[in-house]
Amino acid sequence: MFPASFEYHRVSSVKDALALLSQFGDEAKILAGGHSLLPMMKLRLAQPAHLVDIGAVHELAQIQEQGGRILIGGLATHHSVETSSIVKAKLPILAECAALIGDIQVRNRGTIGGSLAHADPAADYPAAALALEAEMTLENPGGKRKVKAADFFLDLLTTAVQAGEILTQVSFAALGAGTGGVYLKHRHPASGFATVGVAAVVTLKGTNFDKVRVGITGLGAKAFRASSVEKALAGKASDAIAAAASHAADGVDATSDTYASGEFRAELARVYTRRALEQAVARVKA
Amino acid sequence: MLLNLTINGEQRSDNVDPRMLLVHYIRDIANLTGTHVGCETSICGACTVLINGSAVKSCTILAVQADGTKITTIEGMAEGDRLHPLQEGFWEEHGLQCGYCTPGMIMTAADLLARNSNPTEAEIREALEGNLCRCTGYQHIVKAIQFAAAKMRTSKAA
Repeated sequence: MFPASFEYHRVSSVKDALALLSQFGDEAKILAGGHSLLPMMKLRLAQPAHLVDIGAVHELAQIQEQGGRILIGGLATHHSVETSSIVKAKLPILAECAALIGDIQVRNRGTIGGSLAHADPAADYPAAALALEAEMTLENPGGKRKVKAADFFLDLLTTAVQAGEILTQVSFAALGAGTGGVYLKHRHPASGFATVGVAAVVTLKGTNFDKVRVGITGLGAKAFRASSVEKALAGKASDAIAAAASHAADGVDATSDTYASGEFRAELARVYTRRALEQAVARVKA
Repeated sequence: MLLNLTINGEQRSDNVDPRMLLVHYIRDIANLTGTHVGCETSICGACTVLINGSAVKSCTILAVQADGTKITTIEGMAEGDRLHPLQEGFWEEHGLQCGYCTPGMIMTAADLLARNSNPTEAEIREALEGNLCRCTGYQHIVKAIQFAAAKMRTSKAA
């Protein structure tokens, strides 16, 4: 199963990659770990004429802490996120999310930037990025722009990344005091993708919710913030979780396939949202 | 396109088509056929090799992406006639029947044992998530890896 022929370009800087993207336009795709793009190319769902390999742009693989924010380069592999001492200490929910992606071989190659830019509707990272209110840095020949996770996922396999742009960094605020988060997924038994995955991040003031953020993946065409759940919990105590979680699938056209009907996915979303919120609260208290 | 890499300690330089997958390069150009092609969709793990010590699925990597790296395949595990402890474990514990998945299993286990010299049974099973076996039911594979882990710890301590 070979991909169709293409011209291969290996670059050593973001600048060179952007220059090639400007030159070839829609004909070019960025290749990072290749664990989303190459399977698409082997199935001929994607047939780019030019591949721009950024695998050697090593500064894009860095994970660092700066001014209370955790900055993860687009080329950081799932394995490096999962095992990073910074991520484990400051964003344990993200390390746990990374550890649930695929298998060790996939995590050794797949990258956070690649996964987010590909926006598979059942990918794990989008749920966590939404709940953690991540900020994506997109670079283009004119400079950089930042896009919030809530504005990033537009539709099936479609993000705010424009032609000619590269997702170079994902930035997260470290979890503060009184805040707990968790990512739970119902794993597809064959693919390892999330049939449904829910990330919940909660901040408590006393015993009541001060801030609730819920990101859901796998349910519909794109990952989304479950705003009706979040609104239902505003100012309430944790006994309101069950009723609020019942809104997790509200207004979403749930995906049906041979493994899970839309109805089942919607039920999974409600159940996993309840569990994730309960566990997130327990983590604040712990 | 010119590809330079090291496989099992041997430096190679070959001209490859950019669309050639690493597994086909290993099998058809380097003539190392111990690495198998299974599902071709990064599910089954039969094509697992080590790149710079990390287990990867070579059916989902372009050969040109491995430029400048050090690759280890199943052929690089034994030292002469002396089997690697993992190979010995699969032999002693009957870790294989048809053998198709075995090279991939061993390479994934090599990555695991390099990171964790004393894994629990659960950790071994989790590490093998990306390697499918249709014969053994995994029980003997887990035992084979436990055998190797124990042997490698002993020889390290000695």
